[in-house]
Amino acid sequence: MAVSSKSARKTKRKKYSALGSKFLSQQSLSKLGIVSLALIKSRNLRRAISIVLFFGIWQFLCVIQFNFFINFTFLPPPVEVWNATVEFFSGNAPVHITASVQRVLLGFGIAAILGVSLGILIGWFRQIEDLVFIPLELLRPIPAVAWIPLAILMFPNAESGMVYITFLGAFFPILISTIRGVESTDIVLLRVGQCLGAKQLHILKDIVVPGAMPNIASGLVIGMGNAWFCLVTAEILAGRFGVGYLTWESYVTSNYPPIVMGMLLIGLMGLVSTLIVDLLTKLLMPWRVMKKQGV
Amino acid sequence: MATLADKNVSALVKGSVEIENLSVVFKRRDQYGPLQVLESTSFKINPGEFICLLGPSGCGKSTILNLIAGFLKPTRGQVLVDGNPVEKPGADRGFVFQQYSLLPWKTTFENVEFGLKVRGISRVGRTELVNDYLNRVGLYKHRHSYPHQLSGGMQQRASIVRALVNSPSVLLMDEPFAALDAQTRHMMQELLLNIWSDLKSTVIFVTHDIEEAIFLSDRILVMGVRPGHIKETVVVNLERPRHIDTMLSPAFVNLNRQVFELIREETLKSMELG
Repeated sequence: MAVSSKSARKTKRKKYSALGSKFLSQQSLSKLGIVSLALIKSRNLRRAISIVLFFGIWQFLCVIQFNFFINFTFLPPPVEVWNATVEFFSGNAPVHITASVQRVLLGFGIAAILGVSLGILIGWFRQIEDLVFIPLELLRPIPAVAWIPLAILMFPNAESGMVYITFLGAFFPILISTIRGVESTDIVLLRVGQCLGAKQLHILKDIVVPGAMPNIASGLVIGMGNAWFCLVTAEILAGRFGVGYLTWESYVTSNYPPIVMGMLLIGLMGLVSTLIVDLLTKLLMPWRVMKKQGV
Repeated sequence: MATLADKNVSALVKGSVEIENLSVVFKRRDQYGPLQVLESTSFKINPGEFICLLGPSGCGKSTILNLIAGFLKPTRGQVLVDGNPVEKPGADRGFVFQQYSLLPWKTTFENVEFGLKVRGISRVGRTELVNDYLNRVGLYKHRHSYPHQLSGGMQQRASIVRALVNSPSVLLMDEPFAALDAQTRHMMQELLLNIWSDLKSTVIFVTHDIEEAIFLSDRILVMGVRPGHIKETVVVNLERPRHIDTMLSPAFVNLNRQVFELIREETLKSMELG
């Protein structure tokens, strides 16, 4: 009687996509470029095309010196950025990258531990919420860059100040998502626990926290992105190394191709680490049914 | 399976429920003021009895179940289970919800095991007992499946054994088969009677399905609306074990007609037609 939902879903999707393309070709919408792109069967091919398009359009706008409100005249085109990248990687790239990755991972790690545990406590105990939530909400909207002077005053060295600023980026999304996840625990499942004789600790461990896991996971994904988001700000404090430091330093010396390279590098490392977090949290939830609702 | 009954000897002597003068009033802040859900209701249930609470929606049948479970506190009156007043939910009163009550992050086995685990029963004892019960309801093969991989009927079977594995003195069931298709529902009713005939724990079963109530119970408490109360008690003297044929017998048809008339009046009232 078990529902082999996977294969059922597959055939369903096939049916729908067949229906969809039929409908669209009837409307001859495929003449529009973007629509025909969306209809390409292979997802990897669609992804590859998206990257080619992104850099292609960028290069094109630089070559024609596009200047209508947004000005591409002085922007380094992808080819120049590529050259800067090659130069960077033939120098001491590993040192810069390692320094940045370490700061982000440390900041994110502390944020994950503190954010999730504090979030569970705030979400579950009214008293703890009353005691700490307002000060936290007060600190939340403060941008990372505003913390720079205080980070210098508060921490014994630049390194810990930088970790603190990446931590700030990751902490709040993780905290808020965890609180929301805990608060939205299904009342029926809580009652199930009570009727089976579960005490508070078991209810938290076996019902509340697993139920909040999807929310916690999205908090972690957003938090990881935000940690990278704060990296340039954090590495204003850095003396010599770091991808963010490099970006900031190139701005001071008006050397533009490395700035764009630094930006893209941060974007790329953010993308990869976010994917890893996403994958790891999915491994923690083998019970989840994932499906996109769109055809 | 006699072994299951042996393990639940205690259920034979336990499981009396006394409802004394229960009233429930919900405070409402809108213009309608307080809502009387249940008005001075009293009844007694003997150990091992199968009772159905039957009535149209809004008659307070689920409210009574929630009071016995301890999810809800009465405005007046009290509930005694085996002579002890109910104050909060506990493992002595198993509960089967209408649907979606399995923990989605636990497999069938882990769901059924959960109650034993939180009460500190050893792994070896747990595994044997849980597998026994899963076998009994045909879920052994699916013990490693997650709830979303099970059909609605399988999920409800798992919910039932999850409650029963703790040997509760009372099993409370809140329209557990209402979301199932007709064929599955009949199978589940027979299966439930089968298990119950072995365990003989008290069952209080809420339903709005007249045939279901007659097929399952020793007594039907027919409830009325505005405010909720016990309108009449109908004793079902049909021979056990009952099968699908029971539903075609003249006695069954007579009871059906009798209860139908009782319910009809109340349904009209609840639809504000009477």
